[in-house]
Amino acid sequence: MAGSVRVSMTVNGTQQSAEVEPRLLLVHFLRETLGLTGTHVGCDTSNCGACTVHLNGEAVKSCTLLAAQADGAEIKTIEGMGQEGALHPLQEAFWEHHGLQCGYCTPGMIMASADLLQRNPKPSEQEVREALAGNLCRCTGYHNIVKAVMAAAES
Amino acid sequence: MSATVAERWVGKPIKRKEDPRLIMGRARYIDDISVTGQLWAAFVRSPEAHARIVSIDTSAAREYPGVQAVFTGKDLDLEAPLPMAWVPPGVEVKNPPHWAIAKDEVHHVGDPVALVIGSDRYSVVDAAAQVVVEYDPLPVVTDVEAALEDGADLVHQDLGTNKCHEWSLGGGDLEAGFAQADVIVERRVVNHRTAGAAIEPRGVLADYRAGSLTLTSSTQVPHFLRLFLALQLGISEDRVRAIAPEVGGGFGSKLQIYGEEIALAWASRKLERPIKWIETRSEGMLATHHGRDQVAYVRMGATRDGKITAFHVKILQDLGAYLMLLTPTIPSLGAFVMSGVYDIPAVQTDIVGVFTNKFATDAIRGAGRPEATHMIEVTIDQLAAELGMDRLELRRKNFIDPASFPHETAVGVTYDSGNYPGALDKLLEHFDPEAEKAAAPPGKLRGIGYSTYTEICGLAPSRVTGPSGFGLQTGLWESAMVRVHITGAVTVYTGTSPHGQGLETTMAQIVADKLGTTPDNVEVIHGDTGTGPQGLGTYGSRSTAVGAESVARATDKVVDKARRIVAHQLEAAVDDIELTGGKFSVKGSPDKGMTIGEIAGAAYIPENLPEGMEPGLEELSFYDPENFVFPFGAHACVVDVDPETGNVDIVRYVAVDDCGPAINPNLIDGQVHGGIVHAIGQALFERIHYDEDGQLITGTFVDYALPSAADVPSFELDRTETPSPVNSLGVKGVGEAGTIAASAAVTNAVIDALRPVGVNYMNMPLSPMRIWEAIQEAKS
Repeated sequence: MAGSVRVSMTVNGTQQSAEVEPRLLLVHFLRETLGLTGTHVGCDTSNCGACTVHLNGEAVKSCTLLAAQADGAEIKTIEGMGQEGALHPLQEAFWEHHGLQCGYCTPGMIMASADLLQRNPKPSEQEVREALAGNLCRCTGYHNIVKAVMAAAES
Repeated sequence: MSATVAERWVGKPIKRKEDPRLIMGRARYIDDISVTGQLWAAFVRSPEAHARIVSIDTSAAREYPGVQAVFTGKDLDLEAPLPMAWVPPGVEVKNPPHWAIAKDEVHHVGDPVALVIGSDRYSVVDAAAQVVVEYDPLPVVTDVEAALEDGADLVHQDLGTNKCHEWSLGGGDLEAGFAQADVIVERRVVNHRTAGAAIEPRGVLADYRAGSLTLTSSTQVPHFLRLFLALQLGISEDRVRAIAPEVGGGFGSKLQIYGEEIALAWASRKLERPIKWIETRSEGMLATHHGRDQVAYVRMGATRDGKITAFHVKILQDLGAYLMLLTPTIPSLGAFVMSGVYDIPAVQTDIVGVFTNKFATDAIRGAGRPEATHMIEVTIDQLAAELGMDRLELRRKNFIDPASFPHETAVGVTYDSGNYPGALDKLLEHFDPEAEKAAAPPGKLRGIGYSTYTEICGLAPSRVTGPSGFGLQTGLWESAMVRVHITGAVTVYTGTSPHGQGLETTMAQIVADKLGTTPDNVEVIHGDTGTGPQGLGTYGSRSTAVGAESVARATDKVVDKARRIVAHQLEAAVDDIELTGGKFSVKGSPDKGMTIGEIAGAAYIPENLPEGMEPGLEELSFYDPENFVFPFGAHACVVDVDPETGNVDIVRYVAVDDCGPAINPNLIDGQVHGGIVHAIGQALFERIHYDEDGQLITGTFVDYALPSAADVPSFELDRTETPSPVNSLGVKGVGEAGTIAASAAVTNAVIDALRPVGVNYMNMPLSPMRIWEAIQEAKS
């Protein structure tokens, strides 16, 4: 594919800039250009939500955006949520409540949950379930994910 | 360094050791791994369900910028077709050749016809689109019942039939059983095709250099993979290393030797370059093996007072177009437990394997046992209705007596331990059926369904499953190596290959208790044939019952040596050394003792060891179980069906499961939650649907409806703990239990809800449209 575009964005607080193919997906920019492999790809059709990141503070599915569309944006990925010894409350809650098994959907689940809690700090169980309907998990049956999000909202 | 602890870790719901890397996005799954000089692969796949390949023109693709090579099936000079390793014993199984890339004919949509290798992940897909293939379409077979009719079109012309094999397992006098019956119910039970649908797609990174192959793959079975790579490519097994990195779920779909693994290894050797391929989801729906897909004709006979006298099942198994690793054996696993939790004097399962122009079916979570449980549990509800008897009373009347274990069933399988009335009693402590029924909201049809189940897992005793038994061309033991370092830190190598189950934690809990240390001090390594001993992988709910038992046994050997060292150093008798308060000390003198770290120090700096003892502190164990293990339980599901729309709401789901003594209760509950939702998915939402032309209609997650958080409730779980006598831990498996139990509970609940409107039986999937249609049909 011919041509390239320059994209610049702030990712987890760091200014990033690169010359990329116009069709490069945001998720591949994050994973391959920047090496932030915590954001995953599970379906290619925006159904599974494994690729969920925050764009200007809102959850988006990074497999369905071009990197060029995120030009000038502020992006936050799972790597920007917390570090060893200083985990985000949602990371702590997922760990504490066994909200993950294989872990593949987990970064997307945490990013989608963080988005929910920003908008609705004290969601009901049903609100949590509705808010996570765009994030699929095959391992947990969602029970402990919902429990973890409710616990994080309490904390 | 070595912690001294009096605490006992087994039985505690401790947080998982695996989680920090996963919650921080620091894990390394296959697509997170790249090597210098790596190329990318894309497969060209058949859009035809059945066709002769007339020609393949690769010239335009070869000229595409960045393309290094294009290979077709004829280029791949492999030693053998893809493997099928497990054949039901004593019968002829027709096994058409299944090449990693099709040679002359394609037999399902998605059958690979060419492999394109290029410099980057995007352009290689563009190049693949430049490969021009001319197909001559052939007749397509999609229906197992039609496939067996005289004159049916054939999936494999040269076989002369679509029937792959027939196999039966029975015991007791079936004819006499049905003759004694006052009532016989007959049903056609359909267990439709589903996908494993792990959220991580498959992927492979093949790296052949200087005569050695390292292949990293999202697999459940790295050791099998190494073996078959060696056999397929004609490389000595010692020069092949297979690695399962972090694996994002499997559910059986990664218990396979896939053509993409073999083709990439071959191409990497050919080009002497590392090559990576990551499956797209739509490729995965086409070419990652499916599960279930049985049409069964069941007959259950009983006396008027509710004693089941005979059960006969004939299963038509849709195998798909090819036999993959375990394909023909999957329905046989169900036949082993076709008695369920009941004492039935005569039971027989007759299996017919049928080829169709679809991708292969193989092991998906439960593998044959969800189908068997579904048949038994749905049929027993039908029988109860026929007898006018309470469903639970009928079950209780036929439960195997808890005093009769070990219990040999009519087909000669010995259940290790169980207490089925106990599980049902426990369930009813949480659940009042009459109150639930009375609480139905206006305008809704409320139904309650039960499933009381057992299953056969902990694969497996080699004497049963091996070449002279059930025909698997390997043993099914498991290995472990336990190494205590000089600091007292412990590394455990297991031959299992967990991918979400949490074995790094449960195994560490077991080892910590035996060595008087903490789970934090025990690292569990898995999934790499280049480290640790030979192993067999994770599937069949085997990793605790077989894998952790081998870890326990290797640790026991370490403890034996440790006690001899302590006895020698403290001048005491070996039999007097016991572990108390985190120290190996002399009975009666708990102050005088050594921690495992101090013992390791003595073992590696061998100044004062018993005469003739080798230095070091590490041991190996290979454990081959004497029998399978048989978890069991009782599940109840409450649904509300909207008669206007056919929509089903699961209002409550209560489950009591027994997998023996809990090592980590949190992890057991997690397995049960996920297992139940997997089966709810099949019962209500999911279906791999091919149309009559063999086109896959449900080719992405847009059409293949995995349940979301909004579709399912929270669960109410409880446990009973009946130890297995088979292993020293007393444990049974739990990875598949929820899936094995739940589809029948949901289906029985929906049928219970629909009885008042005249629908007394229906098959899954219980989608709104199918329910609505059933209601309309009953009305007319």
